[in-house]
Amino acid sequence: MQISAPSFSWKEAVRVGVLGGAIAILISLVGMVAAFGERYIVYGWFSMGQVLFLAPILFMVSLTLRREKASTSSKTVLHSLLAGAVGGVMLAVLVLLGQVINLRAVLVNASPRLYGMLTFNQGLPAGPFVLIAVTALLGAVAGAYHLLPPRWQRTLSQAVIWLILTGLMRDLIMNIVVRWRLVGELFKTVLFASSGLQPIGAIVLLLLIGGLVYWRSGQPAGRGFSLKNQPPTIRWASIAGIVLIFLTLPQILGVYFSEILDNVMMYILMGLGLNIVVGFAGLLDLGYVAFFAIGAYTMGVLTSPELRAEPLTYWQALPFALVISFISGLILGLPVLKLRGDYLAIVTLGFGEIVRLLVLSDWLRPWLGGTQGIQLIAQPRIGSMVLNTQEELYYLFLLGVGIILFIAIRLKDSRLGRAWMALREDEDVAMAMGINHVVVKLLAFATGAVFSGLAGTIFAAKLTSVYPHSMNFLVSINVLALLILGGMGSIPGAFVGALVLIGAPELLREFAEFRYLVYGALLVTMMVTRPEGLWPEERRRLELHEAEEELKGAEPVPAS
Amino acid sequence: MLRMWRQRVTLTDLVIWGLGILILVGVVWGSIQTLRLGKYTLAIWYDLIITGLALGGVYALIALGYTLVYGILRMINFAHSEIFMSGAFTATFAADALYQAGWWNSYPVLSLLIVLLVAATVSATIAFSVERIAYRPLRYAPRLVPLITAIGTSFFLQYTFRGLYGSGQKGYPDMDIFQGAIVFGDVRILKTQLVAIVGAVIMMVILFSIVQYTKIGKAMRSVSEDKETAALMGIDVDRIISTTFLLGGISAGVAGILFLILFPVAHFFMGFVPGLKAFTSAVLGGIGNVPGAFLGGVLLGLLESVGPSLFLDGLGIPAPYQLKDAIAFTILVFILIFRPTGILGERMAQTKL
Amino acid sequence: MSKRLFILLGLLVAISMLVAACGPRPEPYQCTDPIGCVKVAPGEPIHIAYALVVAGPDETLGIDSRNGIEVAIAMKGKLLGHDIKLTGEDEGCSAEGGQAAGTKLSADPTIVAVIGTSCSSAARVAMPLFSQAGFVVVSPSNTAPDLTEPGNPNNHPGYLRTSHNDKVQGAAAAKFAWETLGVKKAATIHDGSLYAQKLQEVFAEEFKKLGGTITSQEAVDPNATDFKSVLTSIAAGSPDFIYYPIFVKAGSLITRQAKEVPGLEKVYLMGADGMFSPDVPEGAGDAVVGLFLSSPDLAAFAAEYNSVFLPKYKELFGTDPISIFHAHAYDAAMMIFAAIEKVAVVQPDGTVYIPRQALRDAMYATKNFKGLTGNLSCTPTGDCADPKIAVYEFKTTSYPPERIWP
Repeated sequence: MQISAPSFSWKEAVRVGVLGGAIAILISLVGMVAAFGERYIVYGWFSMGQVLFLAPILFMVSLTLRREKASTSSKTVLHSLLAGAVGGVMLAVLVLLGQVINLRAVLVNASPRLYGMLTFNQGLPAGPFVLIAVTALLGAVAGAYHLLPPRWQRTLSQAVIWLILTGLMRDLIMNIVVRWRLVGELFKTVLFASSGLQPIGAIVLLLLIGGLVYWRSGQPAGRGFSLKNQPPTIRWASIAGIVLIFLTLPQILGVYFSEILDNVMMYILMGLGLNIVVGFAGLLDLGYVAFFAIGAYTMGVLTSPELRAEPLTYWQALPFALVISFISGLILGLPVLKLRGDYLAIVTLGFGEIVRLLVLSDWLRPWLGGTQGIQLIAQPRIGSMVLNTQEELYYLFLLGVGIILFIAIRLKDSRLGRAWMALREDEDVAMAMGINHVVVKLLAFATGAVFSGLAGTIFAAKLTSVYPHSMNFLVSINVLALLILGGMGSIPGAFVGALVLIGAPELLREFAEFRYLVYGALLVTMMVTRPEGLWPEERRRLELHEAEEELKGAEPVPAS
Repeated sequence: MLRMWRQRVTLTDLVIWGLGILILVGVVWGSIQTLRLGKYTLAIWYDLIITGLALGGVYALIALGYTLVYGILRMINFAHSEIFMSGAFTATFAADALYQAGWWNSYPVLSLLIVLLVAATVSATIAFSVERIAYRPLRYAPRLVPLITAIGTSFFLQYTFRGLYGSGQKGYPDMDIFQGAIVFGDVRILKTQLVAIVGAVIMMVILFSIVQYTKIGKAMRSVSEDKETAALMGIDVDRIISTTFLLGGISAGVAGILFLILFPVAHFFMGFVPGLKAFTSAVLGGIGNVPGAFLGGVLLGLLESVGPSLFLDGLGIPAPYQLKDAIAFTILVFILIFRPTGILGERMAQTKL
Repeated sequence: MSKRLFILLGLLVAISMLVAACGPRPEPYQCTDPIGCVKVAPGEPIHIAYALVVAGPDETLGIDSRNGIEVAIAMKGKLLGHDIKLTGEDEGCSAEGGQAAGTKLSADPTIVAVIGTSCSSAARVAMPLFSQAGFVVVSPSNTAPDLTEPGNPNNHPGYLRTSHNDKVQGAAAAKFAWETLGVKKAATIHDGSLYAQKLQEVFAEEFKKLGGTITSQEAVDPNATDFKSVLTSIAAGSPDFIYYPIFVKAGSLITRQAKEVPGLEKVYLMGADGMFSPDVPEGAGDAVVGLFLSSPDLAAFAAEYNSVFLPKYKELFGTDPISIFHAHAYDAAMMIFAAIEKVAVVQPDGTVYIPRQALRDAMYATKNFKGLTGNLSCTPTGDCADPKIAVYEFKTTSYPPERIWP
């Protein structure tokens, strides 16, 4: 939709309306609208389902207006109204079509319930008109919004977005505050209803956020707070504060958020490991889950009384697990030394599958548990205390991340780290410069494997059991995706990526079976809007921007 | 002579070759044991081979789409398996409607054409849109970025179709003309299997001819070599890439129908496993190479079908077919050790991440 | 940290006093239950949760169960004058998914009962958390024997299931094959799921005890489509009977492909309740004729299932049931509703108190509960399924199959 008309013409309005309507229809037919029909944002007023089919139309109109910097005239509002109406008409056609033909024979979600939702339960003759009126009105609102001064625009949009988010995340917020009894009661009675917000709470929230945003955007833009230009005392105090926050997070947030944090940190561990293989050394590994599995299974085999008469403790088994991960990294590294690019990808993918199939197999069942997995795996013990709750395991993860982070940072600027990067940039030149590519490549695989193996051991201890089903291809994909999303080769990127890809989907849990759909759509959107990643490595950012500069100068540009 | 040999061969090479020989010895030893056991008659071996060939044909068909896109963009289109699924899943409904109307067996050729058209249209439309939305904005981004959008697209398409058509499975009606088997002595081949194999060969020949002998094929090859120069020569790179995706989509649609003739059940997850296999086939044959994809597919199908019985049964390993993918991947490693760019892959210029 | 907390706390105390002053008078009901009560104020719904696999490759299993619960809720309407609210979590059919779902749900004190999990691996990890939180948990599809074995560390208070223990069903299948069909040689196939692996193992043991021979025990990938090579290799052992207690997708394809493999044309095929679904004839086509399935004995309740449950299901979800265990989930929900009605304390203003331990006791005390899957009676460790197993046979390609044994 790269249109470059100077003003928002009516033709374009129709086009935008059709596009918005099509997206709304898709969302409706996928089943999301009906599924969230009773998931209120503001109790009794409007639900998530309604947001889902109205938002695309609203969003398409305002996106187009913003992109084109359309002239601010009363025509804009009129044409926006038209765009909204067109979107509404498309949905109305769906509803009417559904009355005539049994769409449900093919499209299972074209249910009477959906039609009810779309027509605001106004019945047949009136319903479609109500729908068109509402979407037209929304279109006009989007147009009018465009005419507002920027400060008001920001206030309005932020207030509405936060309102929807708060309403949507009611359960999560309650999950935290319910533990502080008084606040919990207050939130439960004033702010939240049994689903979504109370109308009064919503109004208060809207005013509160709106006021805050309005006031903030009136302030002169201050220089960002940076630790580097603060006096040392404040710097150390801030660092100490951050450390303290990290140490007390489980106490503040409770068990469920500790669980999320545990998972995020597990993926950070793997992310930092894969970052060495893919980010530093440039070796695409699609079977990274193999080392995770090897770590977890080594822990399981050595510490479970199911398989051994004299099981080891967690700490006794840990060195074995790490050494075995290291060796398996070498074993994978050997045959793939000569492979490049996608051939490497498929062999590593195969390695991951082989490991999964072996632990699943009936053949190795007496030693590895097979389908039934391994249970009763030891949990780490410090003194007389066993770390077995998610809050306690958080500290183990934190320790692991701390150590691995230190190693990763030290490695990055070491001789080895530079050799990896040289290899990544140009293997032939690196070899010509005297880098022993065999040793260097093998070390990359092995180091990555150890990090992942460590994550695996904590995973096994956290669940006290391992099953082959946990060791699937999706884990490798997740780790790779978080790395690229965060920014290839960037250590902070691994953190940001894990938070976004592993932490945020926990918020998406609300979407239950639509989770993967939303996940996929978000992955595409984020990568298309920020191809260099959320927190890119400095060098990569420069390279990419250089390419963009070139692109502006002469089109087309060679692919790198 | 010996000195030259010593100079060219390093310790690493020896270790890698050792690994290859180890695999080879295992395979041969297992085979000898199985054959000595004599559990399987010759007729059973023929059956296994025919099954493998048919399965390989299907893999090859999907692999052609992967290879086509890879050849042009040097990018693994992970969403291809979902493009395959979308056409096949949608076509099932068309097939069912035709069946209900009684056309299915009275006008089989026409019905088949309609169903093929539906599948190819849906797959091609989706392939085209995916390229537009998820790949085109990233044409000059680092190579791994489109890989991730491809994976995101793959999730999105899977669960969109799950939402549209439901998460149950949908049967594809049998066609009377494909029922029954053809028998030559000990060899017995089902008509559905024959269709899959012949279909794969025809599709490969068509795609190969398009790429090799048509004007658009020439343009595709030049874009694949060097986008910049191609553009300077007056080739509309965007259009060529879109065309490639359309072609890939059509081949995925056709593959979907042939798949359904052989395995007549459709559901939203049906693309995942064949897609992974097809990707493996494409790499095995030398990715980017159309006949290579075909060869890789057939080889993989054979390995999966014959491998577990031949290599593992004699060693007394229980449930050998559970490990069929492990065998396939081990052989893949073995082949790539000696031919690092696949069976038919040319020595590629260095591809960076 | 402590100073800010102090100020915050003071502020909160003040606010809460204000709220308390304006709020209603203290309730007259005093909860004496050892693990607490759930209070449902007038206008609030009674909260039931599910922990089922509703996303990913195994999702048909969980979605179907959830649909069963929703049918139950739709049929029940109001419970003690309150709406019934159903929320839930995906458990991913995995241990880590079970832990995430378990942690999330057990932090919500308004939940009275949980229906789940779909998979036994998830149950083993989630159950300690649910049990600790005081929930009643009823699984519609866990079949691993250890979950209800007395004294097993995986058996937790509050856990019940309406599905069959693998031991019951596997043994019944072996008996049917040996006695009724009179077969001597059998082969089994499992798909790497805990359910199928255990079931075929029990079958094989029982069958050998009866005097039979097992020619091979194969395993397949549940997402694969080609099973002809496995079947060809099985045919080499020339069995008379193949038992594959797996799920719909692979199960229907195996049924179809077995008919195409030379040497297996005459072999008896049998699955378990994991394939008791209309999607099996849909996928297997004509080949489904002659397929045996073991399942709970639905004979006494078939009328209600066909005339009441199925139409409602179709109305709500637009399709026939996509998997199995919807009936088990429906029964689980109905059992919970009945138990809540039995133990709940209703105040004059409509407030409902549900004592948790009493609810558990009432659940375990369930006797002769008329469900869709039979007469349910719970053992002290939570096995509620009707122990009567029947065998059904597809005489035509239409669902449901006909009951032929016992």
